[in-house]
Amino acid sequence: MIEEGRALFLQIAEGVEDSIIDGSLAEEAQAPSTNELAAFFRINPATAAKGVNMLVEKGVLYKRRGIGMFVAPGARELLLAERRTAFADRFVEPLLVEARKLGLGPDDLSRLILERASTHATAPARSERQRAEVSGTNTEGASR
Amino acid sequence: MTLAIEVKNLTKRYRDVVAVDDVSFTIEKDTIYGLLGRNGAGKTTVMSILTAQNFATAGQVSVFGEKPYENARVLSRMCFVRESQKYPDDAKPSHAFRSARLFFPHWDEPFAQRLIADFQLPVDRRIKKLSRGQLSAVGVIIGLASRAEITFFDEPYLGLDAVARQIFYDRLLEDYSEHPRTVILSSHLIDEVSNLIERVLVIDRGRILMDETTDAVRDRASTIVGDSAAVEKFIGDREVIHRESLGRVTAVTVLGTLAAEDRARLGALGLEIAPVSLQQLIVRLTQHANGDAAHTTAPIEEVTR
Repeated sequence: MIEEGRALFLQIAEGVEDSIIDGSLAEEAQAPSTNELAAFFRINPATAAKGVNMLVEKGVLYKRRGIGMFVAPGARELLLAERRTAFADRFVEPLLVEARKLGLGPDDLSRLILERASTHATAPARSERQRAEVSGTNTEGASR
Repeated sequence: MTLAIEVKNLTKRYRDVVAVDDVSFTIEKDTIYGLLGRNGAGKTTVMSILTAQNFATAGQVSVFGEKPYENARVLSRMCFVRESQKYPDDAKPSHAFRSARLFFPHWDEPFAQRLIADFQLPVDRRIKKLSRGQLSAVGVIIGLASRAEITFFDEPYLGLDAVARQIFYDRLLEDYSEHPRTVILSSHLIDEVSNLIERVLVIDRGRILMDETTDAVRDRASTIVGDSAAVEKFIGDREVIHRESLGRVTAVTVLGTLAAEDRARLGALGLEIAPVSLQQLIVRLTQHANGDAAHTTAPIEEVTR
C-alpha cells in the first residue's frame, strides 16, 4: 500500500485524508495516533509524525492536549475542495494523453465515460455532501 | 537536536588497506539510522571503533560527548550486535541472556521472554548447535531487550527467514515507539528496512557517499523510459546516473525531483516515469561514484535479470 518514489509522510497524510473524505473518519473524531500509524504502515514513527504534523498545519487535524489528534470541523470540505482542484491534473490529464496515443478524441472519451458511468450503481453526489454536514456524532476513531 | 555520536576525520588503516578514509558524520539521538554500503565498505569497522572494540588510526570519536575507549560509563549505554558474535564453547542462549541482563541497566526481562517465544528459540541448547538463523535470533533478542541508548545491529538477519525478519522489524518499531533510542542498523536488504530508518548513511570504499533523511531521498531520482530521441531531449543537462537501451527504447535514471511542469513535459513527449527505490538509488549512486565500475557490472546485471 506504500509506493516507491514518493515521500512517505505525504502518503501517510493522504491515507488519513482519504479516511476523512470517505467518511470513515468523521469530523471531531479522534485520528489515529502517530504510533498507531507507524505500526500499521510499518514505518518509522518520526515519519508518521511528520505526516500528522502536516495535516495539523493544513488545519485538517487539531491537537487536544494530553488526549491526541482530532479531525477539525470543516476538514472534509477543505479536502474535497483541494482534491477537486487537483483532479484535472491528476486524472484528466493522463487520461487525455493515453487517449491521444490510441487515437481517441475528447468526444470518444466523453461517450466512454457516460457509458461506463451508466453501468455503475451511482451514489448521487448530493447525499455525499449532506453526510458531511451531519458529521460530528460519529466517534469511532481509529477505524483502520 | 542532541547528538549521540560525533565522528571527526576518522581513518582506519590495516597495513596497506584503508578501511575508513577520513570520515566525519554525526548521529542524532533517538533516531533510527540505516548504515548501508557494500561488503568491505567499512561499516563494521566504523561500528567496532565506536564501541571501542577496535582502534582508530587517526581522528576522533565521541559518544555522548565522551571517548568510548575503556570508558565503562559510556560502554554500558551501548549495545553492539555483531554479525558473527563469538560465544564460549558450551554457552547456551540462556547464559548469554543472563550476562546481558547483568551488563545492560535497561534490560527488560519480560520483553526478552516474549522475543524468545516469538523467535521460538531453544534457550537451553548449546549455541554451537544452533542454526545460523537461531544464532542471529540470540543477537537480535539481546539487541532489542537490552534497550541500550545506542544499539548497533550489524547485518542482524543472516539466516533469519522472511517471517523472523518481519518479527524483528515489527518489534523494533513497536519498542522504539515506546522507548525512543538511537539505533544504527547495517543491512544489505535496503528495501526491507527503507521504511524503518529515518536517516540513511551510505559508506562506499571507506567514505561517506550519502547522509540524508530517508524521506528526502525517496523522490530524489526517477527513471525515465521511452523513445531514445525523446528521452535525450528531455534529460538535457540533468545528471544521469544510469542508462540502458533496448532497441529504440532507452531508460535513464536521473537525479533531481521532478516538478509538475517536468511531468507535463514527460507526458507530452510520451515518456513514462518509473519510481526509483532506495535500494536502486544506492546501487546506482555507488556504481556512478566508482565510475568505470558501472560499465563492468552492467552486463552481469543483464544476465542475472
